[in-house]
Amino acid sequence: MSELKLMKGNEALAEAAIRAGADAYFGYPITPQSEVIEYLMAEKPFDRTGMVVLQAESEIAAINMVYGAAGAGKKVMTSSSSPGISLKQEGISYIAGAELPCVYANVVRGGPGLGTIQPSQADYFQSTKGGGHGDYRQIVLAPASVQEMADFVKDGFELAFKYRIPVLILSDGVIGQMMEKVDLFDPIPRMTDAEIKEKYPWATTGKKSGTARRIITSLDLDSHKMEEHNIKLQAKYKTIAQHETRYELIDCDDAEYIFVAYGSSARIAQKAVKLARAKGIKAGLFRLITLFPFPSKQIHDMCGKGAKGFLAVEMSAGQMVEDVLLAVKGCSKVEHFGRYGGIVHTPEEVLEAMEQKIIGG
Amino acid sequence: MTEELIIAGFGGQGVLSMGKILAYSGIMQDQEVSWMPSYGPEMRGGTANVTVIVSDERISSPILTIFDSAIILNQQSLDKFESGVRPGGVLLYDPNGITRHPERKDINIFQIEAASLAAEMGSTKIFNMIVFGAYLKIKPIVKIENVIRGLKKSLPERYHKLIPLNEDAINMGIKNVKAIHELK
Repeated sequence: MSELKLMKGNEALAEAAIRAGADAYFGYPITPQSEVIEYLMAEKPFDRTGMVVLQAESEIAAINMVYGAAGAGKKVMTSSSSPGISLKQEGISYIAGAELPCVYANVVRGGPGLGTIQPSQADYFQSTKGGGHGDYRQIVLAPASVQEMADFVKDGFELAFKYRIPVLILSDGVIGQMMEKVDLFDPIPRMTDAEIKEKYPWATTGKKSGTARRIITSLDLDSHKMEEHNIKLQAKYKTIAQHETRYELIDCDDAEYIFVAYGSSARIAQKAVKLARAKGIKAGLFRLITLFPFPSKQIHDMCGKGAKGFLAVEMSAGQMVEDVLLAVKGCSKVEHFGRYGGIVHTPEEVLEAMEQKIIGG
Repeated sequence: MTEELIIAGFGGQGVLSMGKILAYSGIMQDQEVSWMPSYGPEMRGGTANVTVIVSDERISSPILTIFDSAIILNQQSLDKFESGVRPGGVLLYDPNGITRHPERKDINIFQIEAASLAAEMGSTKIFNMIVFGAYLKIKPIVKIENVIRGLKKSLPERYHKLIPLNEDAINMGIKNVKAIHELK
């Protein structure tokens, strides 16, 4: 039965993990996402569904526990915030290389280094351009509400298992800490070991005599085989790009000036659209929901629909704007605006940037 | 209807929970709500604030710099947020501990002596609910019955016996709010 609650984004993420039928969560606390493990420990899903919740000795241990559990075909999740996510990158690259499913969340804070605990979106490059080593991609979902913090856990597991790929829920301190109304989806039962054995022929579920060994690895010393493996991975990423691109158009029907944003910046830009419309400026918002795959074609198509300029709004010094530039391919003007280092821009600042850099620039 | 509110004071005054109760009350009457706290080291013994939006429409930015109303519970917060109240908006404050009172002439200013009323009622814990009552008298955006329903839903059962005391506190606030400067 679905249920209406007032929750923090972090709490919604945690509750959604239980409801999505996750088998395990391994994590390590860090502000501003500590409520995830706090909620799980208080909620005791080990009593509710049998889900394991474990505070690991470090972020690196947690991601390697994820690697192990995912290899056994289990639905497994971790979460952290920027410095902790950096620590997990080796494990994520291995999971991508070994083609295993998992969901993890980054509730981004300002960096670089230990940075600050305030919200930021400066982990875009890390999230969409690798993060760890090697030619790999991961699906990146960017929730802009507490509702999406919950829903994207369910969607994330579906995508992770469909493509055997890590799925990142890229949030930030605003979405993690804020409370909103959330309509929680109906609980999905955890899969039994027998179901996992039957459904996932790749999972290491215990070798019986007469059956072939299943090996989970990201290593192959034969470079020709490794190239073949890479070609297979790239084909998978292409399929994902074709089928899983998600975005939302807000007030774009007659829009001439388009804000491009995701996550909390999209919420702020949405207010800037309202302020702009009140001044007679035909503004709209292109909200990215997947950051990989990036909706390049859909952004480019806006040029043919009367867009005169794009303002990439992100809490960073300019990262997503590079993908907007690649998408627009010179068909229209593109500029960047964003506060960073833990400062959240205001709708008024965002509108002013549009007026100065795009409309008057 | 959209109400954009900031509640600001010391950590421990019940600033965040007052915001949460308002948000829950909004949900009880099918409105959209957002609750965005300041978080971080400043919350440990220092100032705390939360912005709450209650609206009939989908809420865009949960981050606010201009407010329809401000509930101010210490001097630092008054200094910081008085200028952020929209012209014609509402500033409600407790004069306890205030040395520089609000000075703006283009907003409606109200006082609630919640600290002393709470002491009279024998419980400092209901301080925030007295303030909340005063706010609801000025801005009746949520019905009291929905506040009570929200309390019932958000509080664990073992605290439900405290709901009548909270209701008394709300009524105390409603009765004792004073207009200091009202726009015509």
